[in-house]
Amino acid sequence: MHIGIDVGGTNTDAVLMEGTSVVASVKRSTTADVTSGIVDALAGLAAEQRFDPKAVQAVMIGTTHFTNAVVSGDGLARTGVLRLGLPAGAGIPPMSDWPDHLADAIGRHVHQAHGGHEFDGRAISDLRPAELRRIAAELGEAGVRTVAITSVFSPVTAEAEIAAAEIIAAELPHVKVSLSHELGRIGLLERENATIVNAALLDVAEHATEAFRRALAGSGIDAPLYLSQNDGTLMDIDYARDYPVATFASGPTNSMRGAALLSGLSDCLVVDVGGTTADIGVLVGGFPRPAGAEVEIGGVRTNFRMPDVVAIGIGGGSLVHTGNGPLRVGPGSVGHRLTSEARVFGGGTLTATDLAVAAGIARIGDPALVADLDPALVRDGLEHIARRIAETADTMRTSAEPLPMVLVGGGSVLVPGALPGFETVLRPEHASVANAIGAAIAQVGGEVDRIYSLGGRDRGAVLDEARQEAAQRAVVAGARPASVRVVEVDEVPIAYLPGDSVRVRVKAVGDLELNTVGQEVGAS
Amino acid sequence: MSDFDLIGHDDVADLARGAAVLGTGGGGDPYIGRVMAEQAIRRHGPVRVVQLADVPDDALVVPVGMMGAPAVMVEKLPAGHEPARAVAALAEVLGRTPTHVACVEAGGVNSMIPITAAAELGLPLIDGDGMGRAFPELQMMLPTLEGVAATPMALTDEKGNSLVLRTVDNRWGERLARPATVEMGASAATAIYPMDGAQAKRGLVPGTLGVARDLGARLARARREHADPVAEAVAALGGFELLRGKVVDVSRRTTGGFVRGRAGLEGTGEWAGHTLALGFQNEHLVAERDGAVVASTPDLICVLDAETGEPVTTEAMRYGFRVAVLGIPCHPRWRTDEGLDLVGPRYFGYDHDFVPVERLV
Repeated sequence: MHIGIDVGGTNTDAVLMEGTSVVASVKRSTTADVTSGIVDALAGLAAEQRFDPKAVQAVMIGTTHFTNAVVSGDGLARTGVLRLGLPAGAGIPPMSDWPDHLADAIGRHVHQAHGGHEFDGRAISDLRPAELRRIAAELGEAGVRTVAITSVFSPVTAEAEIAAAEIIAAELPHVKVSLSHELGRIGLLERENATIVNAALLDVAEHATEAFRRALAGSGIDAPLYLSQNDGTLMDIDYARDYPVATFASGPTNSMRGAALLSGLSDCLVVDVGGTTADIGVLVGGFPRPAGAEVEIGGVRTNFRMPDVVAIGIGGGSLVHTGNGPLRVGPGSVGHRLTSEARVFGGGTLTATDLAVAAGIARIGDPALVADLDPALVRDGLEHIARRIAETADTMRTSAEPLPMVLVGGGSVLVPGALPGFETVLRPEHASVANAIGAAIAQVGGEVDRIYSLGGRDRGAVLDEARQEAAQRAVVAGARPASVRVVEVDEVPIAYLPGDSVRVRVKAVGDLELNTVGQEVGAS
Repeated sequence: MSDFDLIGHDDVADLARGAAVLGTGGGGDPYIGRVMAEQAIRRHGPVRVVQLADVPDDALVVPVGMMGAPAVMVEKLPAGHEPARAVAALAEVLGRTPTHVACVEAGGVNSMIPITAAAELGLPLIDGDGMGRAFPELQMMLPTLEGVAATPMALTDEKGNSLVLRTVDNRWGERLARPATVEMGASAATAIYPMDGAQAKRGLVPGTLGVARDLGARLARARREHADPVAEAVAALGGFELLRGKVVDVSRRTTGGFVRGRAGLEGTGEWAGHTLALGFQNEHLVAERDGAVVASTPDLICVLDAETGEPVTTEAMRYGFRVAVLGIPCHPRWRTDEGLDLVGPRYFGYDHDFVPVERLV
């Protein structure tokens, strides 16, 4: 058995899973120290279903902790920034476009040096060890705790980055280093930004991963611990300590993956209705369809692949406007004050939840407090909600083929079982903890993103090479080899390059290889 | 656009956004160019803008831009001085100091590069460009139709190399400059089509920077006010909405360094039941709605994100995008026989003649 935990800003949810079945689930409040909220949730699980902590084979955590640290700027490390590629890149120094509060939070210890590569792997200029040693000395003076190193075209060849990292590490043995080729794809500024953010988070990551470990140990669980990444795959806790940015935006991914498991569907629309918004995404082959555009995190431009999710301002706490003009629901919301401000809890604000209770489709609070509502108003309000969600969901479809819809999240009761244009609408059991379930069932993956110059080579052979490398990376990351499959191949020819150049992105995923001790316990 | 006489730091973002739309799917992501232009203005002060009609006949006008692969430019960023060095290298062989900088094209990153050159050189920038949009090859400039030679032209890279070409015609300029650019690392700055003021007035498209700036500002405002950005773009450019819908199919292949592709769209909302096929080669070239051509090169075919109004490049075009497709009349000189020889549908391998978008929709 294994455990999935979602540590959100408000709630910490936990689920106990046997294979792909949910054995128990709980929702608790997130605490400031993180640890005690998790301990509390684990105790809640045990209260619901007794289990032997020693029989837990793995624990998977999804968290917004690191994203929140970047947004608030709290606890970020003083970070040295080194870019290799001179004379290229001098026109736009690192951190040129950063918001001041974040740049100030990590300091502005920015350096550019020679090194780096052309698109085809040729050197732009040779690495200059003396130059790097001088930079290391300056960074040492400045008291940086971490260094982010980015070299031009390091996704094509990481040679310069690795060589520079060795020199920096020799000069500054106590400093932690993040390398860009391990973190991002082509697009220098975005990859560099991700690397700097990652380096700045290394202290926070060390503390948080320690808190996670303590929480498990305190609950008597001695199982491998994983964190979920934005693409719906897992990394082990040691990897997470070194690559905390990879956890960004894992929340929507987890809730969609959880919805897939609960509904048994791999291709569907997922509507996650919370207190303030409904987030609508699409699962293709069991994974969220990724968004295309750049994503800003705390005002910094990055190129993480986030799920393509559209949010509309409709949730359980949405305000119902009945004044002049047509009836409207949202986008304003009472948010987490639902249990004090909504009518069914004795408050004075009419919310979407009150409509659902009055209609008899939700059972929370005191129905007597909304018995006076005009049935026509209740009907119109719920119809308005259903129509808005159906309209937005329709724009997410990519073909006229019927696509089933799965409703998850605490506010999913607002949405009726039938929506115009959608034949199948499912609201599976345990839908309110889909996030934690998504974390629990996450797989491990490997990815390749590179520009290949076909130059007479067979296109199929190049793609095969990329597929094999991605699969190999998934196995190195902990996937059971027999379960690894390629889930995404994206091939984009590149304009104005000779020899039919093509940018190939391949992603492979597989099931997590649970440790042998765990497997024996599981089998007995 | 007579009020447009200065590009300050805060104008750059609007200009870049509008120029990306005029890039008709090509021209590269102007983000890198935008950051460079903002830095140049911060360092050297705002750039003076001159209307084409006010350029003296004996002026020496030098259009400036980047050549190379946009996909490389987002990774290997410029050193910063390449465009100004290209102008200097050209001035050296011309034996004269240029008086004005201009844009080779109004679309994408090349709307931004001339701003950095003008700021650094302290020269005024002409409100206009050589295409009124973006095109992939260097002979595809309206001054070609006026008999202006592309060469002598200068190419510079970030390492400090510079190269001056003199060719027998403008297509040879393309043939020789392209491989040199690749050897330089697939990204180089160019100063090209040197011309006098009289030629510039006949050859360039007037007012395009002002159009881009106003369009960018309208898109930004629409987004802030949750208005419909697509309607704003149609109004600003005097064009037609060809379809709104979802991308349901994209296929691409490379031939001779250029990407050719096709995207299929299905209409949504009031366009439900209609389909649209886009043909592209770096830029969007042909739009067929329900099987019939509704717009074709050299008219502008712009694809915008239906929600945000952000332009969608041909490289970024992906399955599932929700977009609006616009058709916009091009500059009238592109519609002449000589213009269509250079950039009409048949030049790009499509088997039909050009028909103006306003007659097709």
